[in-house]
Amino acid sequence: MSRFAPIQHPQPQNNAVISDTYSLGFSDPTDSYALHSKKGLDVAMIERISAEKDEPAWMLATRLEAYKTFLAKPHHVWLPGTHVLNFEDISYYLKPVNTRPQSWDDVPAYIKNTFDRIGVPQAERDHLAGLTAQYESEKIYGSIKKIWADKGVIFLSMDEGLKQYPDLVQEYFGKVIPTGDNKFSALNTACWSGGSFVYVPKGVHIDLPLQTYFRINAQNAGQFERTLIIADEGSQVTYAEGCSSPSYSTASLHAAVVEIFVKKGARVQYITVQNWYKDVYNLVTKRAWVEEEGHMEWLDCNLGSKLTVKYPSFILAGKGARGETMSIAVASGDQHQDTGSKAIHLAPYTSSTIISKSICKGGGRTTYRGMVNIGPNAHGSKNKVVCDALIFDPESRSDTYPTERVFTNDVSLEHEATVSRIGEDQLFYLISRGLTEEEAGKMIVRGFAEPLVKKLPMEFAVEMNRLIDLEMEGSVG
Amino acid sequence: MLKIHNVQVSVEGKHILNGVDIEIKPGEIHAIMGPNGSGKSTLAYTLAGHPKYHVDGGEIGLDGINILDQSPDLRARSGLFLAFQYPVEIAGVSVQNFLRVAYEAKFGKLKSIIEFRKHLQELAEELHVKKELVERSLNDGFSGGEKKRVEILQMAALQPKYAVLDETDSGLDVDAIKTIAEGVRAIVKKHKTGVIVITHYQRILKYLKPDKVHVMVKGKIIKSGGKSFAQELEKSGYAAYV
Repeated sequence: MSRFAPIQHPQPQNNAVISDTYSLGFSDPTDSYALHSKKGLDVAMIERISAEKDEPAWMLATRLEAYKTFLAKPHHVWLPGTHVLNFEDISYYLKPVNTRPQSWDDVPAYIKNTFDRIGVPQAERDHLAGLTAQYESEKIYGSIKKIWADKGVIFLSMDEGLKQYPDLVQEYFGKVIPTGDNKFSALNTACWSGGSFVYVPKGVHIDLPLQTYFRINAQNAGQFERTLIIADEGSQVTYAEGCSSPSYSTASLHAAVVEIFVKKGARVQYITVQNWYKDVYNLVTKRAWVEEEGHMEWLDCNLGSKLTVKYPSFILAGKGARGETMSIAVASGDQHQDTGSKAIHLAPYTSSTIISKSICKGGGRTTYRGMVNIGPNAHGSKNKVVCDALIFDPESRSDTYPTERVFTNDVSLEHEATVSRIGEDQLFYLISRGLTEEEAGKMIVRGFAEPLVKKLPMEFAVEMNRLIDLEMEGSVG
Repeated sequence: MLKIHNVQVSVEGKHILNGVDIEIKPGEIHAIMGPNGSGKSTLAYTLAGHPKYHVDGGEIGLDGINILDQSPDLRARSGLFLAFQYPVEIAGVSVQNFLRVAYEAKFGKLKSIIEFRKHLQELAEELHVKKELVERSLNDGFSGGEKKRVEILQMAALQPKYAVLDETDSGLDVDAIKTIAEGVRAIVKKHKTGVIVITHYQRILKYLKPDKVHVMVKGKIIKSGGKSFAQELEKSGYAAYV
């Protein structure tokens, strides 16, 4: 109940925590799909996916090997909530249309309508260098502005990348996240479909983001996109991903793998605005390999999903390489955001910063899990970890699990952690100036998120603030 | 008129105010003096509507409407303002954005945000508030004096009908007290604001020139008086009445 509620109008006790403010929870019928796989995964299904995509033999072999690894790998005991996930109850491959539309006009009307409602094509016209829209397992539309294509920038779906640049894909695929890294990277490798393939040639600076939007539509759907980004020497690129799904009450599964190669002196910024509906298990492995003087930056925003397990990482492999992770997680009700980052320092004079902010309310749970590993050759390296948690009420929970492994002297490590209850004094101060309790809560949370939001490109910052506001609606107290 | 009538307040079951009566007309400045623990700040928080302060009896009327039934935000929108003794820090929320939202909550959507910001900059200059403070996070890392000045800046921006300044002068040097008193007088003149100033020290009376002074002891007003009483207190303090 609101602590500052008008005295003569006490608000009724309301423990319904899943808010109905999710605006993207609509769904399309699935009867017209070209392929809607039966539930469950087996060797025949993997062979079918590979055949549909007309893949080279090595990829099928990789998939089948990965499937064995997936079956053999136990669930991590420390990983909460995934053991309740029934892998037999998921459809692993959903292909909405037989032939990929050549232009936006050729996209089936219902899918076009869905992306219109999300606002995706609009975004492309205004502030992107390129856009891919993925619907279920497949890319449905993609474009890159001519100016970048002419400079040799490649922005394709992973399937197209494998077809058109098989050698490049084979050289990098699974090299920074091996199949057996974890159970879900193995699962992704076995049944991946879609995702992005990006190559930025030497010295090319792309000044607007490349964006991919992922939409899950069917009930009990699995989405397993696979993304590979190669930023060649001295290049710069910002890649952004957004996502949403219908509001079902049964579990969907999103298990992505994202591999990034940041070559000498290159810079990659990877932005995620994760807004799945609160029934999606979001189990994602993201890692970057950063060479000499390269710079990798993860900006990771998690607002949706039932459970997110994601620790965007970087391996600082070249002298002077830099890695940064700035993340924000919001959890309410049954949501659990288990996020963090890993910084692996292998080379001298490498530096990394991990800033993790989390907000939990109405029984939500946030966890920071992080690892800093400074290897024997990484002398002169620096790391800083800052974890700030904002807790709204006694029902909510926030934990921090930092791990540091240091194998050399002459390094600098800093770790700061703060946990704050959202202050009654702060709320009262703002309310006494005429803001409602809800407005005051939003303002405090926006202020808390501000250091991260201000790093986002304008359009993403606006979207983030809007999503944070939606999360806060009717929930303070 | 702000009419405080026979107000009795308890905090966590303990009686703090035992029937307080004060009436303030628009454009008047009243000072309340008294020792620590006499209930001065309790009166301030009660007026603002802090939920910790339980009103056991009495009435508070703002231009004829009993505001005791109103939530604190509604009271603010009705024209009440509290300058806090200890202003709260809020990271990531700039003074100017905060004041814009508060202004719009009270007066409706602004025609021009840029005009409003310009207006704030002018007010800041009048009140000797460093211009960059307006763009910084609310009270975050401000000095004690800066916080107090920004409270008065907020008061100027939000143009309340009635304002309570809770020990705004404590911890300030004479120059700062003078600036703040002048600022308050300017606001009173411009907006006909009725002001209650709560203070320990007689020195602010010299600059504020209150119309009335009340001495509060043990949750009651034990003596009130006009300008001559103010001058008497300014010289010799309230000790004789305690």
